[in-house]
Amino acid sequence: METFKLTVNGQVKEVTADPGTPLLWVLREDLKMTGTKYGCGIAACGACTVHLGGVPTRSCVVPVALVRNRPILTIEAMADDPVGRVVQDVWVSEDVVQCGYCQSGQIMSAVALLKSTPKPTDKDIEESMGGNLCRCGTYVRIRQAIKTSARQLG
Amino acid sequence: MMCSYERKIGFALGGQIVSPVKVGLLTIILISVASLVGAGARNQEGTRTGPRPSRAEGLAAWQQIYSVMSHPRCINCHTADGYPQQTDDRHRHLFNVVRGPEGKGVAALQCATCHQSSNADSTGVPGVPDWHLAPLSMRWQDANDKVLPSSAVCRTVTDRTKNGGLDGAALVKHHQTELVKWAWQPGLRNDGTARSIPPISYEQFIAATRNWTQARMPCPQ
Repeated sequence: METFKLTVNGQVKEVTADPGTPLLWVLREDLKMTGTKYGCGIAACGACTVHLGGVPTRSCVVPVALVRNRPILTIEAMADDPVGRVVQDVWVSEDVVQCGYCQSGQIMSAVALLKSTPKPTDKDIEESMGGNLCRCGTYVRIRQAIKTSARQLG
Repeated sequence: MMCSYERKIGFALGGQIVSPVKVGLLTIILISVASLVGAGARNQEGTRTGPRPSRAEGLAAWQQIYSVMSHPRCINCHTADGYPQQTDDRHRHLFNVVRGPEGKGVAALQCATCHQSSNADSTGVPGVPDWHLAPLSMRWQDANDKVLPSSAVCRTVTDRTKNGGLDGAALVKHHQTELVKWAWQPGLRNDGTARSIPPISYEQFIAATRNWTQARMPCPQ
């Protein structure tokens, strides 16, 4: 076991964990931040997406020891993020969600896309969101919500 | 004493007039030295130290290099399409991963979305700094994902319009990057077993690259 200092949503947190523990489990089990979801555990579904040093990252496959000094942003911080706030509001107004399990990962990826590509094309959306699976099949509404968010962010 | 003829065709060297006979001798000596230097091999610092490898030796070295380049640890990221490959069976990378404009994925699905600066053995994800795909100009496969023959890969690697403008020395340097070295330290799969590595050691690979570049990078027909 080792002790790690993590900067999560702007706050420094200290956790003691096995260095190989995936960041996802540190967030959920040690820090009790359960907004980030466990879907597959092998980076196949995107439900566990967080931003690590600004890069959308599958937290289920990143050992906590490899986080180092990079800041972590989770879904819990999106309400205070200028892009995240707009995306979450549009997610509600466009009624994107069905069961909702994958949606924190979807929103984290959508925010990363819009921060990098403010006016994404259909191809941009399909490629960037292609790693986020939704078993309810909300893809059409997700695409529309990203376009609406882009317009609102202007 | 020089005659007037010698004076007319003599050369000024170091402020003194040198006779054509002396110039001739000097030229022969300089050419001989240059030939000896030109035929020499280079050490790691680029200084020639021994005889230049023959073309046959260069071709043999290339075959060693090709045995590495055609190994899945290397060729999986030298694809001919818009995606990388994975594992020893070289299947298309799962999770809808795509090449992206710079070979590093796209905005919300980057290589770095999973691949970190070192192998993540507890989760089975390989990693090293600057994880990325080779550009399409450096594809070593055909459109059906079949590995190109040795001669075709060699032509691609030696074509400076395709290889990023790398000469022999720069190719040796490229083979010393962390990304290339990773092929010999590829970490564990998510079932805890070790990934396979190229058929020759890293040291043999670098020695072969040096021999091949010193032999003026010959390619098989």
